[in-house]
Amino acid sequence: MKDLCAKYARKLEEQGVCAPGEPLVGGLDDVLVWNREDPRTAELARLFDRLSINSLVFARPAEPYTSIIDFLAARNPEAIRPEDTETRTFLHDIPVCREFSAEALAGPLARRKSVIIPGHGVIAPGTVSPEQGFVFFSSTLFSCFVLFFSDYLAALRRGAVDDEFRRVFERVAAGLPSLRTEPPDLADGPFADEDAVVAAMAEAGRAVVGYGLVDSFFGNISCRAGDVVHISQTGSSLDELEGCIDPCPLDGSTTHGLTASSELSAHEGVYRSADVACILHGHPRFSVILSMDCARADCPNRGRCHVACAECRTVEGVPVVPGEVGTGPTGLCNTLPPAVAASGVAVVHGHGVFASGRRDFNEPFSRLLGFENRCRELYFERVADLSR
Amino acid sequence: MASPLCGWTGRVLHVDLSTGEAAVFHPSPRVYARLLGGRGVAGHYLRAHCTLDWDDPDLPLCFFTGPLTGTAAPASSRGVLLTRSPLTSAVSDCSVGGGLAVRLKRAGWDGLIVTGKSDVPCGIEIADDDVRVVETGLWGETTDAVFDRLSGPGTSVAAVGPAAENGSPLASVVVDRFHAALRGGPGLAWAARRLKYVSVRGTGAVRVRDEGALAAACEAIRRLAAASPVLMGRHGFASRGTGALYDLMDSRRMMPTDNFRATRFSAAPRLNAEAYRRAYRPEPFGCEGCHIRCKLRAADGRAIPDYDAMAHFSALIGNDDPELVMSATALCGRLGLDPISAASAMACRRELTGEPCDGRTVPLALHDMAHGGPLSGGSLDFAESCDRPELSMSVKGLDLPAYDPRGAYGMALAFAVNTRGGCHQHANPLSHEVLRKPVATDRFTFSGKARILKIAEDQNAAADSLGVCRLIFLAAGLEEYARAYTAVTGLEASGGELQALGERICYQERIMNSLNGFGDCEDDLPPRFFSEPGASGGGVEMPPLDREAFLAARARYYRVRGLDESGRPTPETAGRLDLELEP
Ligand code: SF4
Ligand SMILES: [Zn+2]
Repeated sequence: MKDLCAKYARKLEEQGVCAPGEPLVGGLDDVLVWNREDPRTAELARLFDRLSINSLVFARPAEPYTSIIDFLAARNPEAIRPEDTETRTFLHDIPVCREFSAEALAGPLARRKSVIIPGHGVIAPGTVSPEQGFVFFSSTLFSCFVLFFSDYLAALRRGAVDDEFRRVFERVAAGLPSLRTEPPDLADGPFADEDAVVAAMAEAGRAVVGYGLVDSFFGNISCRAGDVVHISQTGSSLDELEGCIDPCPLDGSTTHGLTASSELSAHEGVYRSADVACILHGHPRFSVILSMDCARADCPNRGRCHVACAECRTVEGVPVVPGEVGTGPTGLCNTLPPAVAASGVAVVHGHGVFASGRRDFNEPFSRLLGFENRCRELYFERVADLSR
Repeated sequence: MASPLCGWTGRVLHVDLSTGEAAVFHPSPRVYARLLGGRGVAGHYLRAHCTLDWDDPDLPLCFFTGPLTGTAAPASSRGVLLTRSPLTSAVSDCSVGGGLAVRLKRAGWDGLIVTGKSDVPCGIEIADDDVRVVETGLWGETTDAVFDRLSGPGTSVAAVGPAAENGSPLASVVVDRFHAALRGGPGLAWAARRLKYVSVRGTGAVRVRDEGALAAACEAIRRLAAASPVLMGRHGFASRGTGALYDLMDSRRMMPTDNFRATRFSAAPRLNAEAYRRAYRPEPFGCEGCHIRCKLRAADGRAIPDYDAMAHFSALIGNDDPELVMSATALCGRLGLDPISAASAMACRRELTGEPCDGRTVPLALHDMAHGGPLSGGSLDFAESCDRPELSMSVKGLDLPAYDPRGAYGMALAFAVNTRGGCHQHANPLSHEVLRKPVATDRFTFSGKARILKIAEDQNAAADSLGVCRLIFLAAGLEEYARAYTAVTGLEASGGELQALGERICYQERIMNSLNGFGDCEDDLPPRFFSEPGASGGGVEMPPLDREAFLAARARYYRVRGLDESGRPTPETAGRLDLELEP
């Protein structure tokens, strides 16, 4: 358990969302252990008496996240309600708690997967592994980031940006990491055998996470070899894919896909309708933000864009499609495949980008990276236009 | 007069088979507040009588719905049948699907309690407020004959078959032909009272406090279900049935083979879910109102077996013919036998005597079991008669389902400590150890598993008491169901609060078992798992379980659960949970 606590503390640091030495990760079987000593563990330990949890992650995030969450929490005193897919599906909303005490935190944590404590940080528990806290901590930061930038653009459109918002926005924007434009040099395809496929997928997975195009837990990757689609498992960490790839025959002759990514059907749909060998899916932030930025204020589908949008929207020529995670009548398995088959890359409203390649992962990686970088530029161009 | 309650009806039906009389009573709101419904409230009514023998007419046979049963909440068609098990003597809960619980609720009843014993074979017929105990000529008939006679649109029927009538503790209660309370011999408990069937018609509606809020809660739950590859994916239960687990269990080297002597089955690729799909062209169906629909029916009208029956009637008994799996499972249904225990008894005999399990011997053995033959007492009874009780692959006498515990250590612990015996369902460690939900855990370690198990048991006890299917907890959680609960009942509750009620419900069952002499000696696995390895290979080692590590994990579980070193309830924990320790 202590190893797991240390592992997820380290991952938060490596992803750059927390300063080194900052995360506190606790795990309990019958004895509570922490990744490190800290006076605050005494208070946090009392949460384990009050909640049915076996682990928790608590940390003050690094900038720009701290500024973002403190700002959002000040404007939304009860709870923050981002509208991206990660929130909609898993977090629902993110309660705000102003007091760092077990008494105060137990209530919101009994209801939700993560809680923001302004001035202190974010706390996220788990019931089977500290990995859950890690995932929901990361997801909370992602969702708040997307909400903050989306809100700013929307406020500009409404002419409703106040001084404080502008100040915080400028500070946050100035602190964004510089653009990475050079894609990595990934293995050349076509791949000789299954081992080469798996190695190429693992390498591409690490690169997508390393370039910040997805938090490790979300996103998925696949590669077609003959009539078998190799795909990352559900909830696998894209930067640790070894041993977490399922071979799924396109004819459905085995059901190993039971543990495969929830987007297996969407990937299969793309392989059926286009001659491609690889698909990468990430949640790059500015792509997600722009997928939700729509100027049609009077649209009757407002509020249900993620499933109901009937416009043929594009961002820089890349199609934006509605669709929820997974299957079902409003699932992205219905909307995504034709878009990716036609354009090689498509973005799902509020969710993320899927990109395909004919030989290997170099092509989809470049598409993913290029599109995200273009979205980031475009975002700031829109901000500049609207600020004039 | 309209009930002021929403979700619950506030009325429980008590039928005394000795007198043939029905009475109504109204549980106090405190009973619902403390134990929700379903498994929790059923346990409450068993509690006062829990030391009576399983066939004592004063021991209640309980069937309870939950506050969400019959509402629009996803997968909320479930009720729980609970009494002492004729097979194990432990408290035995069976989550029951089909339409039975929904119809009972619509008829205006939160639960049905049966006591007494009839002089003649009888059935209980419920049509809203009209309740009759009727003499029946169906005694001796197979369950399908009962369904042919009594089922119809709007009517749910639960029935026992010849296995129960002839005294087998492997007897199930079959519900609406394709569903059942399978495990622990509830059918025998019915037949001992000479109860052949219960039929229910209900024409009312379940009152919901806030339909709009319920719709929002349902949308969140359905969204999670749609995002779940296990439930709704192309290879998931909704399209392939629970038999979708077959390939996975074999590739994870967890397929119980030859009475758990091996953990991989060479014929598995010919017996997977896809093989049944190709051979039988089945269509999905499910419990009343459930959108997941995890069951499959072949064109010839037979059900495709659920995963456990599919595995045990093939790998466990060494049979590679899917048609025999189909026919054996269907025969179990007609005779009213638990297919898991029936196959286990055959596998045990095969190991002890070398008698093969094939197209000739399997149907014979099943008929034998249902008619008082040497296997009718189950694997433990048979192995004991051969002085080899250790070859019964059971816990507390209940045969293990089709997951080899050497391949998942949380599963090993879950089997051992489950109050009803060898079953994974109270904690379902498969969820994180194999299916990666909510996240993956290391299946080859006991580290951390004690508390994980306890938390999951509490969650599932709450689910069983809300009236919700455990399977949907592979995708959603009490966090989402708490919203549905509040919308339906109007009572505020967080996921954490429902979870805490689940803890009380589990502990109540531990108390009842303890009063009947259960302790750490019974919380144990067959010795095979500690001495024989599974089938290593493909980079996976399957050594025997480390006995010391297992015992240490069990001791941690006892501490986490608030039990003493022998696994018995303590006054402190009972007090904290507001439960009585004394008989
Ligand atoms: S998931 Fe399956 S068992 Fe559960 S309620 Fe639905 S149909 Fe019934
Ligand atoms: Zn995604």
